[in-house]
Amino acid sequence: MRRFLHGLPGVEQVGEEARAAGLGTRSIKTTAKAQALDLAIRMVDLTTLEGSDTPGKVRALSSKAMRPDPADPTCPATAAVCVYPDMVAIAKETLGDSGVNVAAVATAFPSGRAALDIKLADTRDAVEAGADEIDMVIDRGAFLSGRYKAVFDEIVAVREACARPDGDSAHLKVIFETGELQTYDNVRRASWLAMMAGAHFIKTSTGKVQPAATLPVTLVMLEAVRDFRDSTGHMVGVKPAGGIRTAKDAIKYLVMVNEVVGGDWLDPDWFRFGASTLLNDLLMQRTKMTTGRYSGPDYFTLD
Amino acid sequence: MVSTGSTHDWTYAPAPESRSVVDIKESYGLFIDGEFTDGTGTSFKSINPATEEVLAEVAEASEADVDRAVKAARRAYTRVWSRMSGAERAKYLYRIARIIQERGRELAVLESIDNGKPIKESRDFDVPTAAAHFFYYAGWADKLKYAGYGETPLGVAGQVIPWNFPLLMLSWKIAPALAAGNTVVLKPAETTPLTALLFAEICQQAELPPGVVNIVTGAGDTGRSLVSHSDVDKVAFTGSTEVGRAIARAVAGTDKKVTLELGGKAANIVFDDAPIDQAIEGIVGGIFFNQGHVCCAGSRLLVQESVADEVMERLKRRMSTLRLGDPLDKNTDVGAINSGEQLTRIRELAGVGDAEGAERWEVACDLPTKGYWFPPTVFTGVSQAHRIAREEIFGPVLSVLTFRTPAEAVEKANNTPYGLSAGVWTDKGSRILSIANQLRAGVVWANTFNKFDPTSPFGGYKESGYGREGGRHGLQAYLKGER
Repeated sequence: MRRFLHGLPGVEQVGEEARAAGLGTRSIKTTAKAQALDLAIRMVDLTTLEGSDTPGKVRALSSKAMRPDPADPTCPATAAVCVYPDMVAIAKETLGDSGVNVAAVATAFPSGRAALDIKLADTRDAVEAGADEIDMVIDRGAFLSGRYKAVFDEIVAVREACARPDGDSAHLKVIFETGELQTYDNVRRASWLAMMAGAHFIKTSTGKVQPAATLPVTLVMLEAVRDFRDSTGHMVGVKPAGGIRTAKDAIKYLVMVNEVVGGDWLDPDWFRFGASTLLNDLLMQRTKMTTGRYSGPDYFTLD
Repeated sequence: MVSTGSTHDWTYAPAPESRSVVDIKESYGLFIDGEFTDGTGTSFKSINPATEEVLAEVAEASEADVDRAVKAARRAYTRVWSRMSGAERAKYLYRIARIIQERGRELAVLESIDNGKPIKESRDFDVPTAAAHFFYYAGWADKLKYAGYGETPLGVAGQVIPWNFPLLMLSWKIAPALAAGNTVVLKPAETTPLTALLFAEICQQAELPPGVVNIVTGAGDTGRSLVSHSDVDKVAFTGSTEVGRAIARAVAGTDKKVTLELGGKAANIVFDDAPIDQAIEGIVGGIFFNQGHVCCAGSRLLVQESVADEVMERLKRRMSTLRLGDPLDKNTDVGAINSGEQLTRIRELAGVGDAEGAERWEVACDLPTKGYWFPPTVFTGVSQAHRIAREEIFGPVLSVLTFRTPAEAVEKANNTPYGLSAGVWTDKGSRILSIANQLRAGVVWANTFNKFDPTSPFGGYKESGYGREGGRHGLQAYLKGER
């Protein structure tokens, strides 16, 4: 495992960042922009991960996920809401069969500092409560001290814990907390490790550590899923999370997906945004596209 | 999850930069002694290579016009510029730098229209780097005594620049010359005179004393008159090796100082431990930047045989995402070939590649029906014996060769009459240093390519020319030297 991960080609930091910045200069206008805004809305995992979360807050958030713009029925729903495991049942109840998934952060999120059986119990709880997707965190301490096998085994175990009695399974997103891994080489290694362990999605960050998602980090991960499909035929999704607040930023990510891995990934099944405030900016831009006028934040719901 | 992704087609809508910022006149005169004047030669037309639209009629400077310009430059040199303190000269250079920034959009749009290069490049590279050169040399103007080349200027510089980076090459030439206290007569290329003429306007706007900068437009004859003029003290030329040789002959036996920045056939060397994704970007940027109209372009890819297949596969995939078309569209990566003449030369040499048995692969893209276009192209199965591995194509055509060992890579890289630039891609720092030391090239880029900065000297070995431009070294070409 170690030999394989250390044998992956290195990432040259300056070049990687220049490529990400270069893609960020694309100018997306008119029809292309309208298409991008709707796609981005459909890719949002609308998130609330606060100690102060209450059933009321989660219900409100879930309603917003289903009808982001109550004034416009053509506005698509988001992909999912993302909550702590104890809020899954509440979210599920509100969302019903709307098609909006419930994602739960598990495995002692955000630090991941707990015993394995606690992490597995955390995961099973969330799945039992009806979570469609589990966002787990890797053990960064193990990763940084070179115990790759431990990280790998934990992902495998969590994926098993995602199984439902009916034989189906919740989708597993694996969070690296790239702000703690720091180097692009580490991000590339973590990506391959997680994909080989069976992750359905690889995700940048918890949103609790700065820096969270960045364009270059996401570029490294996109390169990894592209190369992984080339060598295994298996497709893995990517989710940048944390710090993506504007429609302009979201469109930069979509440009990157489009040009680095191609149209196959331009779908909520394969690319997500983990975000709380992004949605309202997407909605404001969307309204601007349809009406030709900017409206103030008061015209969009706060949840 | 087995791949079930359905391809989503997301087409970028056109995003054209507005042309309204530029005001192209119907005809342009010469810029002599601070004023625009008519030329006495036969005027010629500058066209937009992307559409073949005639942009403007431009005066041709005859020998008499060139003489007038040199006289103006001499007058300005003796009466004003050489007597002015370095600090005062710096003020003018800073002013010019700031005006270039202020009028950046105008310059970028005009450059793209006249040259055919993508607005992305003229906006993000040519214009900012041009301004940076003026800022940089403005800083030297009052510090010449610390540069180590003396403080005495040469006098009048005759400068001839190419069409690939019209404004940027102008800046490379004019900024150090003026900082050192020389005055200049500059001839832009006949296919791309418009930004030089806009620069003349900028000199007026900066209230630069008349005669310090003179712009004479024209083709080969004008250039010849300029470099062979008896009152020119210094000749600076960037362009083809063929013309460079002619200039060297013309000035032989005179006491003119000469710097020549000529052709290249740079090797971009990719080792098996290279950071692969960045290497692909470097290969693409190395040869397709500015449609390959770059003297230091990485036109020969030397790739270690053990990773050659993987590199080619990744390279082709990346090339397929290049967007060719309207230079003014902000999303265009590859613009138009600068002239019909250059397009003919590229086609001819690519044809030679086919005839010599190399395998051609080109990006499948629709070429516009009007204008001069050539798709990004790569030849594999190329050896040192192929003409496309030896001759400068100066277009978007990459020749791929393989090597087995570091020694073979160095041998092949150096096996060229040129020696302008080279690139080395490897994760091993020690190998970068050892290879760079063995390469006979003026610039060696490590894990990057085509990076330019005013602080860094640029120039060639062998048939790529002599002298350095940029950095402290760039001042040497415009000063008499100590001793």
